[in-house]
Amino acid sequence: MRRFSERLNLTDVIMFIIGALILLLVVVGSAATLYAGKYTTRQWLDLVVFGVALGSIYALIALGYTLVYGILRMINFAHSEVFMAGPFTAYFLADAMGKSGFLDQNLFVGLLIIFAVSMTVSTIVAILLERIAYRPLRFAPRLVPLITAIGASFFLQYFFRGLYGPNIKVYPEIAFLKNVIRIGDLNIQYLQVLVIAAAALMMIGLQIFIQRSRTGKAMRAVAEDKQTAALMGIDIDQIIVITFVIGGALAGAAGVLYALMFKQVNFIMGFIPGIKAFTAAVLGGIGNVPGAMVGGMFLGIIESIGPTLFLDGLNVPAPQQLKDAIAFTLLVLVLIFRPSGILGEKLAQKKA
Amino acid sequence: MKARFLFVAMLAVAIGLVVSACGPSTPPFQCKDKLGCVDIAPNDSVHIAYAFVTSGENSTLGLDTKYGAEIAVDDKGGKVLGHAVKFDGQDSGCNAEGGQTAATKIAADKTIVAVIGTNCSSEAVPGAPIIANAGLTMISPSNTAPYLTDPAKRAPGYFRTAHNDKVQGAAAAEFVFKQLKYTNVATIHDGGPYTEALANVFADSFRKLGGKAVVEAVNVGDKDMKPVLTRVAAGKPELIYFPVFIAEGGFICAQMRDVPGLEKTTMMGADGIFSPDFLKACGKNVVGMYFSSPDFSAFAGGYQALVDKYLKKYNQKSTLAPFHAHAYDAMNMFLTALENPAVTVKDADGTLHVQKQALRDVIAATKGFKGVTGNLTCDPTGDCADPKIAVYQVNADNFSSLTMPKNPIWKQGQ
Amino acid sequence: MLSNPDRSYPIKIGLLSGVIAVLIALEGMIQAFGARDIIGGVISLGHALLYATFFAAAYLAIRRSGATRLVNTIFVGALSSLIASIFVIALVWLGSWTDLGYVFVNATQPLYELLTFKQGLVVGSLLMLIVGIVMGILAALTVALPAKTRQYILTPVIWVITLGVLQDLVTVTIQNMPFLKPVTNFLYVSNGLSIPGALTIFVLLLAINYFWLEKRSAAQNRYASLPPASRRAVRWGSIGIGVVLLLMLPQILGLYLSEVLDNVGLYLLMGLGLNIVVGFAGLLDLGYVAFFAIGAYTVGVLTSPELGHAVIIGNWWVALPFGVAVAAFAGILLGIPVLKMRGDYLAIVTLGFGEIIRLLALSDVLKPFFGGAQGTRSIADPDIGPLEMTWSPQSFYYLFLAGCILVIFVSTRVKNSRLGRAWMAVREDEDVAQAMGIDLVATKLLAFGMGASFGGLAGAIYASKLTSIFPHSFNFLISINVLSLIIIGGMGSIPGVVVGALALVGLPELLREFSDFRYLLYGAALVVMMLVRPEGLVPEARRAMELEEFREEEEPAKEPVVLKTMGQP
Repeated sequence: MRRFSERLNLTDVIMFIIGALILLLVVVGSAATLYAGKYTTRQWLDLVVFGVALGSIYALIALGYTLVYGILRMINFAHSEVFMAGPFTAYFLADAMGKSGFLDQNLFVGLLIIFAVSMTVSTIVAILLERIAYRPLRFAPRLVPLITAIGASFFLQYFFRGLYGPNIKVYPEIAFLKNVIRIGDLNIQYLQVLVIAAAALMMIGLQIFIQRSRTGKAMRAVAEDKQTAALMGIDIDQIIVITFVIGGALAGAAGVLYALMFKQVNFIMGFIPGIKAFTAAVLGGIGNVPGAMVGGMFLGIIESIGPTLFLDGLNVPAPQQLKDAIAFTLLVLVLIFRPSGILGEKLAQKKA
Repeated sequence: MKARFLFVAMLAVAIGLVVSACGPSTPPFQCKDKLGCVDIAPNDSVHIAYAFVTSGENSTLGLDTKYGAEIAVDDKGGKVLGHAVKFDGQDSGCNAEGGQTAATKIAADKTIVAVIGTNCSSEAVPGAPIIANAGLTMISPSNTAPYLTDPAKRAPGYFRTAHNDKVQGAAAAEFVFKQLKYTNVATIHDGGPYTEALANVFADSFRKLGGKAVVEAVNVGDKDMKPVLTRVAAGKPELIYFPVFIAEGGFICAQMRDVPGLEKTTMMGADGIFSPDFLKACGKNVVGMYFSSPDFSAFAGGYQALVDKYLKKYNQKSTLAPFHAHAYDAMNMFLTALENPAVTVKDADGTLHVQKQALRDVIAATKGFKGVTGNLTCDPTGDCADPKIAVYQVNADNFSSLTMPKNPIWKQGQ
Repeated sequence: MLSNPDRSYPIKIGLLSGVIAVLIALEGMIQAFGARDIIGGVISLGHALLYATFFAAAYLAIRRSGATRLVNTIFVGALSSLIASIFVIALVWLGSWTDLGYVFVNATQPLYELLTFKQGLVVGSLLMLIVGIVMGILAALTVALPAKTRQYILTPVIWVITLGVLQDLVTVTIQNMPFLKPVTNFLYVSNGLSIPGALTIFVLLLAINYFWLEKRSAAQNRYASLPPASRRAVRWGSIGIGVVLLLMLPQILGLYLSEVLDNVGLYLLMGLGLNIVVGFAGLLDLGYVAFFAIGAYTVGVLTSPELGHAVIIGNWWVALPFGVAVAAFAGILLGIPVLKMRGDYLAIVTLGFGEIIRLLALSDVLKPFFGGAQGTRSIADPDIGPLEMTWSPQSFYYLFLAGCILVIFVSTRVKNSRLGRAWMAVREDEDVAQAMGIDLVATKLLAFGMGASFGGLAGAIYASKLTSIFPHSFNFLISINVLSLIIIGGMGSIPGVVVGALALVGLPELLREFSDFRYLLYGAALVVMMLVRPEGLVPEARRAMELEEFREEEEPAKEPVVLKTMGQP
């Protein structure tokens, strides 16, 4: 009994109350919304599909954060600009191909070219970033590279703004991808299938690469302990560059998927998805590849379904405005109960 | 010796006579103006400043107005009363602190005679009083928030050629209710002061007319609009009015038809997206969409010429937003006022004395000024716009040629 | 031969600077700066930028190649800057052959005309090549000069450029002192410095620089040889002058620069607050703007008559303590759930907290309380008692000054107290600190609470200064700026925060004219500053020690075996 009261101090109680209050609000809100029955099953399913598609993109970007974090223990703030650079550059190609009709006739080849260009540009930016802004500071206190990352992020945003202009550019519309598959109440566009499938494939591929390949093993070794890995004869510089290459390529691919889904690209397009993806990475347990996937999906679905499900029944006006507030509140809730994320290991707490 | 002296003396008298004849026959200018004067030496330029958003996401708005005002200067041959016009300014960033800093920097420069700005209403709230305290006069080409010309709070010397949100929101509601005969609508804003005010004025006016209106909101920077549209769809509206900017408007418009229940719902936007860029951002869904906007067809004959000059000089179709004409008019109001002898006194040597209070008074007394946005008359609260709101509809030709429709399908008061 | 570093360096550096010069041109900098003359009619800022790139290429190449004989250095320098200038010409030729404007917005005819000096393609290209070679030769000559002479010349040149660039600011400031008007009239023409003006500045500064460098040690010796009593007198005298200057500053600097100082003061207050959380206690907070917002909104809501609340406090000074207290309370409240989180989990939760506060202030739900998107307007002025006055940036300066002095005083006292040492222990190693008997909960919550209260104070003054607050003003970028300034200044160091605020808030304000490139330059400056001085501009003594270790470790960086994990938690 004494041990129990000793462990239960005031802050724990307050934390428990905060957690309980959030949960209560979620439960009451959801019950009220569902009881009112304003939305049909089909609409709920639609919301889930939108969320999963958005979550897939978040997850792909989150992988870049998670990989770099796992190895360098730094938040690569400029990753959102790596994500922007690829599709923003590839736009000109996509636009030209769209205007000439090439894209509609040879959809597969056209998309392949756009992906290749975007991934290449993003990868180059990621490599330069590592070489110029991060490598010289690899052993500096952790906040120093964070500031260079922030600086690089500003620089890259406005660099590309100066190069390609401040206006919104619009990717061509591909009619084929607008077709819809119907399974009962479930409606999915080809585009959404493409986004979800491509993201899933890349993530599974990455997981296999990290678990099975020699380089993947080396990456894990470096993430675990740089010092020992170096003693084992692993070239740390090379592994770090490979990490940035993978993160950059995935971001470039995510950028094209994003551009196909939302059409508009401009210099600031990476900022918000970047923050969301970083949140997703933390939510899933930073440094953890499946975690990024889970975190991304969770965030995407909450953003899509959360405001309506939790707040509609409480008669809150314009709840969609609060979707980020809901997402961050649930993040706090998750971290209260699992301080190192949904899939984070106990170990991560020590290192983070 | 004596003769020589006489000669010199006579010469001196003669020179003295000549000099006095050429010299100031009128007494030198003395500033009696309540707010003081700006003196412009013969070789100096007349300095007019702007406070516009020239950086960041909203820079299209700032550049559009800047270009419009610059063309007005060009049309005057770059000169007023024989002095070159210097038109430069400060980035006001589309936020309150940017507006304050820009206004302070302008207020600190004592060579400035007049100010054109600001772009965003939030800039003017702290900015206008600073400009007012410096004794300057300011005309905004794009502030639309109602409270800026609220008599109790308006800063003296603040005027605008942009129409008040109250006008546009009410006009749009009238069109939807009376012309389209819809009774159930929804409106979406993005949390910005302009869109929030406009959406609410629209919804309130619509309810007053007897219809049902729901207000929904997203955030600036949101991409996935399908969730909010799904919410809207549950109310089965006949029309959705989204007076937002190009990015968010483009997302809403492009994703609209993907949401079940909204396949046939009519779309309507406002002047913030009345731009070819929006047609691109939205894609083919835009065909058939309505826009409430200033009635460009009612603009004086000079409007098309202005657009042509704009495109020729800046070669940037994409910055063409709705407020360049308002900026053009604002600049012309200043240039015309400065030429008024009641405002500017010109010395024989070309020195100008601009009387600040007189400038304010002359601008305030503007009546039936022939601008490209209409006949401008300033009311005592500072609203100078000739608010003719019209509704346009985009057709397939507009979309394929990426041009905005020229002729409105509906005009207010008809 | 390429393997020989003597030959390949100039080529490599030339190629690199060529790419950089082309990118500068494509960014639109040359065009934008081309409209601004440093010296009226002689050289524009845009061209100066291009020449500087060539010069830097040549200088670097010479330095790296290790050439010593003048002939060799001239060859190396001219080669690399020539290569760079060839890139620029290639851009012009490519641009006139095909339309680059489809991709690059700034690749327009006016740019090409600028790059060819409006002399047509062929003549202009030749001129540009000549400029390239001349810059290379100049660089070689500069290298050949004795180090001291180089120093004498460099400073005045930098000053001439600075004064040319800051023309607007200088002339506007001098308008306050009409007796100085003839000086500005002499120094400046309508666009840039006048030629005699530039020469005068150069010669004057050369002389000053010479005397300063030559006689400084003599003056120092004399000061050192003074008796202690007079030395104290000198010290107190200079402190006295400093205080008087600090009090007179707004009058001397005029309206606009006072406004800039106010902004510096605002960020200084926030920086000192965040410095407690991040610098002292080592808790990474990316949502510091939340407390700033809470302070501002508390005061705004309490004093604004527009929202129609039941409770309205007309007096700002009465509302102020509420603002500070509510912010501090919010700090502690945020502190509780994040007690167990470390490092970057903490960062993301605090970031989320900042966003939640902004979104709530913006939301339609809470519009009746906070005004939603239309903000809270007509916030009270900080009038003292019945004394009503017009509040200008100059009067707010004193409020910020008082606030900063108070906060600096508190920070300094706390830093050297038991609590301050506990924070530092937590920062270095939480587990060890706990084992030593430090109450982690109380220590961390106090850090959050105190840091937040400073933010609340900043918010309260800000609300009154703007008289209106909008949710958009409280975005994530403010948190980022505040964090950057304390790290640039030197984390944990109080003078560092002051220097950081001046550097990151004051300097960009002065460049407001070049708004298009502000963030570009700001971002580049952040990266460069961190690469050159990772410990910050005025590092804390303890930190500097740690960094020393890092520097020593960096030396054998060629080998992959570097035995240290990243920094402290």
